[in-house]
Amino acid sequence: MKNKTSAYIFLTVACTVVFGLLSCKTVKQYQKMYLNDAEMKLGARKIQRAEQNFQIYREGASGANGGKSGGGCGCN
Amino acid sequence: MADAVVTRIYSNFIMRILSLAVLGMYLSILSAFSQGNTDSSKYQNKKLQFEEVDFVASYYRQDGNNSAVTGGTGTEKLTDFTNTIELKMIKYDNKERKNQFKIEFGIDHYTSASSDKIDPSTISSASFDDTRLYPSLSWNRENEKRGTNVGITASYSREADYKSYGTGVNFRKTSADKNRELDISLQAFFDKWKVIFPVELRPPNYGTGAKNDNLRVDHTPRNSYTASLSYSMVVNKKLQVLLLTDPTYQRGLLATKFHRVYFTDGSARPENLPNKKMKLPVGIRANYFSGDYVVLRSLYRFYIDDWGMKAHTIEMETAVKFSNFISLSPFYRFHTQNAIDYFAEFSKNKLNRTYFMSDYDLSTLESHFFGMGIRITPPKGITGSGKLNMLELRYGHYTRSTALQSDIISLHVKFK
Repeated sequence: MKNKTSAYIFLTVACTVVFGLLSCKTVKQYQKMYLNDAEMKLGARKIQRAEQNFQIYREGASGANGGKSGGGCGCN
Repeated sequence: MADAVVTRIYSNFIMRILSLAVLGMYLSILSAFSQGNTDSSKYQNKKLQFEEVDFVASYYRQDGNNSAVTGGTGTEKLTDFTNTIELKMIKYDNKERKNQFKIEFGIDHYTSASSDKIDPSTISSASFDDTRLYPSLSWNRENEKRGTNVGITASYSREADYKSYGTGVNFRKTSADKNRELDISLQAFFDKWKVIFPVELRPPNYGTGAKNDNLRVDHTPRNSYTASLSYSMVVNKKLQVLLLTDPTYQRGLLATKFHRVYFTDGSARPENLPNKKMKLPVGIRANYFSGDYVVLRSLYRFYIDDWGMKAHTIEMETAVKFSNFISLSPFYRFHTQNAIDYFAEFSKNKLNRTYFMSDYDLSTLESHFFGMGIRITPPKGITGSGKLNMLELRYGHYTRSTALQSDIISLHVKFK
């Protein structure tokens, strides 16, 4: 149990650090024509909500996809 | 001839001056935008204003032959009709902060052939069909000058054997150049189950859970706590990435007591699982605009929990823009997972185990989900009045290695 908890913490911290270290170009507001397109929206869209809901019931994994992670329903 | 040459040189000179002036104006406007600071003197209407309404409807149906209610064998036929409506209102306060109020109401109606087998002696039990209601309220305050957004949420959900009260707080910080964003939210769900047993495994003088049954039925809590963290960043003019994680801790009745479990000696008991669970999903999303007409959306998720499950999920979606207003989006999703430590197939559970279950949703499996979506957003609205702003339709087919198959069709309309 202790090892698993350590693994969870390590994984979370490692991902956060790696991501933080990735340096990116500064993109000005007027250069965001493509990024501001509705199709470029990060995160799950509203129309995917029912799909994510059935997947929570039919599979063991949940969360980190813009949907529910647990609670609020009798799902896994 | 000389006059014509002089005139042409003069007109070229004027055109260049004009071009430079226009370019200068353009650059000064761009530099004003690029400063990223909000003009504090700009006027915002202080009244409560309508922002938009979203309506999402969905129909889902499935069939399979591994129902957990009947111990991992038997029909999994199920249909679910879902409707949600979400109203957004905004109000600017005296400090020019944008307050958004969101009211959502959802109603699902489902029929489940396997739930009907909780008590097969009845022609059609109360569990054959059910309606779930789930209203929620949220408030968010956005301070554009500081790049912050704080909010609170309250939710409720009710179905025949389940009640849930949810609450949450969230905080978002956007960088000055608006290229990076950190989002933190804490959520808690305080749920209560009605403990229902299959008819032959019910303790003496224990109720069925039906409304008209006055016999005692236990109600047991199940609480869930989630701390979500996401960080998004713009990588370049055409690529943006989001990293997200939702560590979740659950405590309470996590077993579904009307699930039968059959053992190697032929005996049966209700499902039994630990009363604690820790889940850690970590996901990364990347959206890339390829050329001028194609958007590639992708997600990878790794999931691990302390019941022994590890899972990987990949989603790919390509939005092809036929114009600025119509796009077609084929998608594919692949998921693979191993079984939890307590799973065994029908009649293969060993008697010496403390925890046991035969729910194939938590078994070793692979699934494929694919389909297509269409999105229409004309500038003057769908009907020309501008009110029906967006229409999206999406169909998907799901197959699982345990032979379960399902279909889902969803509709999303937005009014502004």
